[in-house]
Amino acid sequence: MALKLIVFLPLLAALIAGLGGRWIGKTAAKSVTTGALFIGAILSWPIFFQYIRSSADTAVVPVFTWIHSGTLTVDWALRIDSLTAVMLVVVTTVSSLVHLYSWGYMEEDPGQPRFFAYLSLFSFAMMMLVTANSLVQMFFGWEGVGLASYLLIGFWYHKPSANAAALKAFVVNRIGDFGFSLGIFGTFLVFGTVSIPAILAAAPGMAGSTIGFAGMHVQTMTLLCLLLFVGAMGKSAQLPLHTWLPDAMEGPTPVSALIHAATMVTAGVFMVCRLSPMFETSPTAMHVVTWVGAITCFFAATVGCAQNDIKRVIAYSTCSQLGYMFFAAGVGAYGAAMFHLFTHAFFKALLFLGAGSVIHAMHHEQDMRFYGALRKEIPVTYWVMVIGTLAITGVGIDVGPGFGFAGFWSKDAIIQSAWVSGSVAGTFAFWIGVIVALMTSFYSWRLVFMTFFGPPRWAASEHIQHALHGEHDSPDEEHGDSAHDSHRVATGSGGYHPHESPLTILVPIVLLALGALLAGQLFHGIFVGPNAAPSYWRGIIAFSRKIGEAVESSALWVKLSPTIAMLIGLWIAWNNYIRDPAAPGRFVAMFPAVYKFVANKWYFDELYHFLFVRPALWLGRLFWHGGDEGTIDRFGPHGAAYAVGIGNRVTFRLQSGYLYSYALVMLLGLIGAASWAIWWAK
Amino acid sequence: MTGLPWLSLLILVPLFFGGLCLFVSANGARWLALIGTLINFAISIYLWTAYDPNGAQWQFVEKYPLGGGVNWALGIDGIALVLIALTAFLMPICIGASWRAIEKRVPEYMAYFLLMEALIMGSFEAQDLFLFYIFFEGGLIPMYLIIGVWGGIERIKASYKFFLYTLFGSVLMLIAMIYMAGTAHTTSIPALMAFDFPKQAQTFLFLAFLASFAVKLPMWPVHTWLPDAHVQAPTAGSVILAGVLLKLGGYGFIRFSLPMFPEGSAQFIPLMFVLSGIAVVYTSLVALVQRDMKKLIAYSSVAHMAFVTFGLFAMNRQGIEGALVVMLSHGLVSGALFLCVGVVYDRLHTREIDRYGGLSDNMPGYALLFMVFTMASVGLPGTSGFVGEFLSLIGTYRASSWGAIVATTGIILGAAYMLWLYWRICFGSLRNADAAAMPDLSAREWWLLAPIAAAVFWMGIYPESFIRPIRNDVGRVLTRLDRVAPAGDSHLTLGKGAMHMNMGTMH
Repeated sequence: MALKLIVFLPLLAALIAGLGGRWIGKTAAKSVTTGALFIGAILSWPIFFQYIRSSADTAVVPVFTWIHSGTLTVDWALRIDSLTAVMLVVVTTVSSLVHLYSWGYMEEDPGQPRFFAYLSLFSFAMMMLVTANSLVQMFFGWEGVGLASYLLIGFWYHKPSANAAALKAFVVNRIGDFGFSLGIFGTFLVFGTVSIPAILAAAPGMAGSTIGFAGMHVQTMTLLCLLLFVGAMGKSAQLPLHTWLPDAMEGPTPVSALIHAATMVTAGVFMVCRLSPMFETSPTAMHVVTWVGAITCFFAATVGCAQNDIKRVIAYSTCSQLGYMFFAAGVGAYGAAMFHLFTHAFFKALLFLGAGSVIHAMHHEQDMRFYGALRKEIPVTYWVMVIGTLAITGVGIDVGPGFGFAGFWSKDAIIQSAWVSGSVAGTFAFWIGVIVALMTSFYSWRLVFMTFFGPPRWAASEHIQHALHGEHDSPDEEHGDSAHDSHRVATGSGGYHPHESPLTILVPIVLLALGALLAGQLFHGIFVGPNAAPSYWRGIIAFSRKIGEAVESSALWVKLSPTIAMLIGLWIAWNNYIRDPAAPGRFVAMFPAVYKFVANKWYFDELYHFLFVRPALWLGRLFWHGGDEGTIDRFGPHGAAYAVGIGNRVTFRLQSGYLYSYALVMLLGLIGAASWAIWWAK
Repeated sequence: MTGLPWLSLLILVPLFFGGLCLFVSANGARWLALIGTLINFAISIYLWTAYDPNGAQWQFVEKYPLGGGVNWALGIDGIALVLIALTAFLMPICIGASWRAIEKRVPEYMAYFLLMEALIMGSFEAQDLFLFYIFFEGGLIPMYLIIGVWGGIERIKASYKFFLYTLFGSVLMLIAMIYMAGTAHTTSIPALMAFDFPKQAQTFLFLAFLASFAVKLPMWPVHTWLPDAHVQAPTAGSVILAGVLLKLGGYGFIRFSLPMFPEGSAQFIPLMFVLSGIAVVYTSLVALVQRDMKKLIAYSSVAHMAFVTFGLFAMNRQGIEGALVVMLSHGLVSGALFLCVGVVYDRLHTREIDRYGGLSDNMPGYALLFMVFTMASVGLPGTSGFVGEFLSLIGTYRASSWGAIVATTGIILGAAYMLWLYWRICFGSLRNADAAAMPDLSAREWWLLAPIAAAVFWMGIYPESFIRPIRNDVGRVLTRLDRVAPAGDSHLTLGKGAMHMNMGTMH
């Protein structure tokens, strides 16, 4: 019952707020949706603790039959186990805090009921995804969160850039869904079912089997895992399907925190962990997951170092952290992957909501080049951002009982797992993990230093100018300036006074800061500890005790390297943005090509536009004018008309008559048929 | 069965009301047409509840000889039942959509609509080959007239194209029917469905029927009449054309081609898959570059109908059931999308996409419903569009992985053209003052669209209501196809480690 409430209350609230928002008013709409999510959060945490105490078993709550066709049966059902329990607390906690935050952040927006309805709809779909007991219901949640993401990215639908970003997110995700769908079809063909537990039970028996696909003969499990993984790559913005995520920052900031950082984008990681016994049967698929994760992890971190829009820095950071989770899963450390998913949800939501608070204070300015010196003006925001940064960069020490911020425990677990896996891909991933730890530290501190330290550079911002001259920027003016040249901006406050955000904004971020502080410390045992974790996971994910033990006994330099890398990154950031602020400019002048390549996101957008978008439109026009009009019609109906000697002019005269001739032909035919039948009957 | 000849009533009621329409004023004709179609809808609901999914194959059977070997033989199975219900559901909506849009010669217009309903009902009910032919071909005549008299500027050209295509198909089908009657010594459709024609004859019979059904469906490359016909037809005409008339093609395949010529059909699976694959990719790309709303949706119809042919010719349960659900879903969704076009066309009198934009501002109710139907069209799970597409694709995959790969690209391209359309209509800023001045949906328009939206969700969340009636009938078709169904190209070979595993999961 509790589970049904957790899942369906947000749906109910979304319907009330969305359809009835005009009648019940915005306050009621906001209260209903926020209340539904808080109830969910209050119900979810005890469930999670039950699983921690090992006092709850896997349960499946049936709702009703969905699709039944021959041997294919799909039910609406809610599954709860230790993996779902983790996701439930993540989704309900972050979602309820984001709902609350939006009271303050979206205060002036006229479309609030719609916004809150979408947020709750998203939460419902996300919970359908994580409670799915069959691949098809997972796909339902998968597409449902995609819809909510589309609607929320395009929430400010007057902005062309928001509409473009929404469309791009949906279509790129559909490319992932293309793989996911084929994966489901193939799974059904091979196993005769789409029920996840049944598939996982039968998967080991299919190891080593082969199957025909598109004219090739391939390993069955490798094929299925890779097809499903394409779906995960789309949803979790992994190379080469990552391009939609940075653009998704066009949506309001609470959306970025909830959907594009904490929950939806981690669905791909969740899927791989959920299906981990299946992935375990295919070493090839595991290697691919590792490589894709590691390369994305690196790629996104490089781009993150060269962005000036505060939200885009965090977006690329998300993409990079997702890469960590994937290569953890790829080396078989599913516990570490889920652990990082869990801690990341807190500190990344915190960073986004903190950035939102900065943007709020800076009158919708998002370009960090116009920030500076904000630590005195917005101290609460400053301190929570520092906590978030300490968490993402992985500050901590593992001596004795040890102490560390959330990311310290989870990220180090991932990096060390990669090392102990011993495979080529794993070793590669380890080194990537260490290098990216340095870059993570660099871009995260760069963000803090550019925002909160140095002299104020507000005067040059158009948004601040508007604020000073009493012009009111509507909230949908929130935008990022993606000019890439890192020219120096004139300093000065221009007489502008940033204000700390209201309580509805500060309470959620302070609570999340607590999570960023403690989530790793409190829960690392049950996620990755070689003793506690096996009794927590109990075979729900393919948890490897071996990896856990090897991590504990790995060499000191392996354990220390992420921390050292992190410190170097901090030093570089400090050197460039505090000690000598002219240094970045000199670096860019020295390596203009490198900077341009990275700042332009390795030119993926341009490449895709050239490879896919333009040819699709060109082909469409070719088929239309050259195919339909130029060939089929020309030789078809028009050609036929000429062939029988009725040119266009004649047709025109016949037009009133053709109907009757048609009826005549039909009648004659029928008379013929009837005569034939009568004749034959004799 | 109760005493009333329900199936004949489904045909006679609209004929009667259509006749009455001719003798009254414009407003009287509107009300008569609405009442007539609502009575028919009530009958179809009765049939739905009285139909026994586990009962005899043919229910509500009626038979009276008409002489000359042709019988007034009616009867329905589950497949016909759901299509009849779809038709009866859409017809009152069409009358409502024409309420204000049609100003000239209203009585004749309503009479033609009711005549068309009678003939379409007849096509789904007929159990006699030639009776079917009369209904099937005759049903198009009112459609020609509706396009030709009440259509747009280029209506003559459009209906001429429509005419040429269908004429070609129907002549070949008629010849094939005459041959069938001669060989099988019966014109009874149920009997023919169990009759085994010689293999070589099946090849030609299949091709002859294909000529007719491929045009109706339509399949690539005989689809070019459809965009023109839609563009020129009045809104309600488009709704019926997309919602019901196209389904006659799919119905023809499953009623005639598959059970009557199984060997002939199996022989042409590669052809059907290639044509369907081309249709998905080709027409989706063409839809992407359209500037006319109706043309865009018309092209998307061709792409969606390819899921029908994919599913049917996969010749397995998921494929055929999926194809039928696609037919029902597309009937609702494309009908609703054409109504959505009609809503703004009635206000601004243009279908040019670029003339709109930002309608979410002044028409929020419209934007909401249009979003629902857009999502159903792109096959979002939870809407009717998903269930059919998913089943049909899963069936296709079992028959051919290549087929499934090509067909599944449709879900990417479909999202691209539909969401881009939605963006240009409802998102962005209000660019044109006249578009900005348009009022939101009227109560009448809500009554037209909201029931379809409800049906779309019903079919998406609990499709069992629609699959249950057709289950046994699909099973009967499958029995006929048993010996020819394709094995697929998956050739699963188990590894050494799997020998001791339970093989019960295989199928």
